[in-house]
Amino acid sequence: MSTLTAPQSTPSGPTALNTGAPRHGFGKFRAKSRMDPTRNNTAAGIGAWLLALLFATPVLWMILTSFHSETDAATNPPSIAANLTLDAYREFFGASSGVSPWPPMINSATASILSTILVLALAIPAAYALSIRPVKKWTDVMFFFLSTKMMPVVAAILPLYLFARTVGALDNIWFLILMYTSMNLPIAVWMMRSFLAEVPEEMLEAAQIDGAGLLLILRKIIAPVAMPGIAATALICFIFSWNELLLARVLTGVVAGTAPVFLTGFVSGQGLFLAKVCAAAVVISLPVLFAGFAAQDKLVQGLSLGAVK
Amino acid sequence: MTTATARISRPGHHAATPSRNTRSRERALAWARRAPLLPALIFLIIVTQLPFVVTLIISFLNWNSLSPDKTAFAGLENYVTVLTDPDLRQAIFTTILLTVSVVLFSLLIGLGLALLLDKKFIGRGLARTLLIAPFLVVPVAAALIWKHALLNPTYGLINGVLTWAWSLFGSTAAPQLDLLSQAPLMAVIVSLVWQWTPFMMLILLAGLQSRPMDTVEAAQMDGATPWGIFRHLTLPHLRQYIELGGLLGAIYIVQNFDSVFTLTAGGLGTANLPYAIYQTFYFANEYGLASAAGVVVVIGTIIVATFALRTVFSLFKKEAAR
Repeated sequence: MSTLTAPQSTPSGPTALNTGAPRHGFGKFRAKSRMDPTRNNTAAGIGAWLLALLFATPVLWMILTSFHSETDAATNPPSIAANLTLDAYREFFGASSGVSPWPPMINSATASILSTILVLALAIPAAYALSIRPVKKWTDVMFFFLSTKMMPVVAAILPLYLFARTVGALDNIWFLILMYTSMNLPIAVWMMRSFLAEVPEEMLEAAQIDGAGLLLILRKIIAPVAMPGIAATALICFIFSWNELLLARVLTGVVAGTAPVFLTGFVSGQGLFLAKVCAAAVVISLPVLFAGFAAQDKLVQGLSLGAVK
Repeated sequence: MTTATARISRPGHHAATPSRNTRSRERALAWARRAPLLPALIFLIIVTQLPFVVTLIISFLNWNSLSPDKTAFAGLENYVTVLTDPDLRQAIFTTILLTVSVVLFSLLIGLGLALLLDKKFIGRGLARTLLIAPFLVVPVAAALIWKHALLNPTYGLINGVLTWAWSLFGSTAAPQLDLLSQAPLMAVIVSLVWQWTPFMMLILLAGLQSRPMDTVEAAQMDGATPWGIFRHLTLPHLRQYIELGGLLGAIYIVQNFDSVFTLTAGGLGTANLPYAIYQTFYFANEYGLASAAGVVVVIGTIIVATFALRTVFSLFKKEAAR
């Protein structure tokens, strides 16, 4: 906040006038104060950097600790300069316990990727019918989609659990995939609509007049504009599915358990485990970090459901 | 989007000269328009609306899966229990406290960060990336890191830094925090604020950058103070974005399960409704009661959502009118 009030001390227009400054000099001063408040920006930069480091500290600490030995990880005060080792990663991959983290990670990847594909397959045509050739009352449909997202998962989880138990779909990755599809579908529809709405209307009309077929229009006009949006939508849906815990915890078990479920059961409470936990957190967060940074440009538009550009 | 609305009204023009033939063709056209929408719509209705109807029905039953023969219609009994049972009442209170405080603090810090990042400085892109990082850690992993690597009373980083800082002044009696057992809800709030601040920052930063700069420059010309510009130009412009961030955040945080489950396992008054419902049906097998609590969450969410929808709608309208 100090950066905001700082320039108050510099004389503002009217006071400068009162001192009888020559007209051209006044103009120069104005331009300078507007264009180049250097001090201001330096202060903002330092403040932003300090806060950025503060916010990143838990992540950086997690990464550093994952490369420490268990004894170096659990010290007070912290041993920042301790020797680096890959032991914690070896332990995470089951060096001494023999428990491999691969099955849950493969489950997570399967559930996230397949549900994302399903989401796109359903959301892209839906978004088309809501933007490029809109149905009547398309805004009502949009808000219906959004309202399903506002219903907490806990309000529907018991019937879903009972249904899965009855039909024998408990601990089945396909049931989880369907759940993740429904979880992400409203978000994807909203995102995709906002991306498809960017397709220039004139180009569509021109193509139609020239007698271009639907497939050609989709391929030549809509796809190039919508592709970055589709990619961003896919990445965000992937992240949400990969992160999900409650549904996975209730609906899966030994066979179809996902990485977050594996992570919750990872801490045994026996002996020192801090470096191991950090290594696990790093490995399991890596796909999300990559997906998130890849989608960085469109992240806001996606997270705000296309409301913010 | 104006063209889109114009298109909607187009069938109306045709309707001026109705004949049976054109009307049926129009109907076929309307269905052709609807067709791409239907799979998504039907899928969503089956997977989200149907289960909720079942939840609603179960909420009026006295149903414990351990004694299924005693299942009977219970009327509003489950709802009375939800609102009178001390644990569940506590869970409602915890949910509200958790949601409000996380949204409020992450919005405030997010606003501060967005204002800083709106200025040009060296390494702005990298600082922004560092600030987004908390949002890109798997929530369960983040909760584990907070629990074991940061807040652990014996070797957590926070107490470690306190010990180190005090030792600089030759003191061995550094104050040591034990948030997890002394103020567990605070621990959950702090970790969630850390995770949600980047979300708020991103939305508010986008809001700041869409601010019409010519009015700001005009105000500067007229000698407005930075505080005046912030108070009378920036803040009113940001209002919608603040509301949007707050309400979207609220919808996600009301449903939070991961942090409560991992950090405190719902102990010491930190169980929010999602966690309490999970406990009630998964471990206590009280299906009727869990469903009633679920319905209460939905009612609460609808109240918040009505405001959220209005905000999203106003931004949406603005965009649609562009």
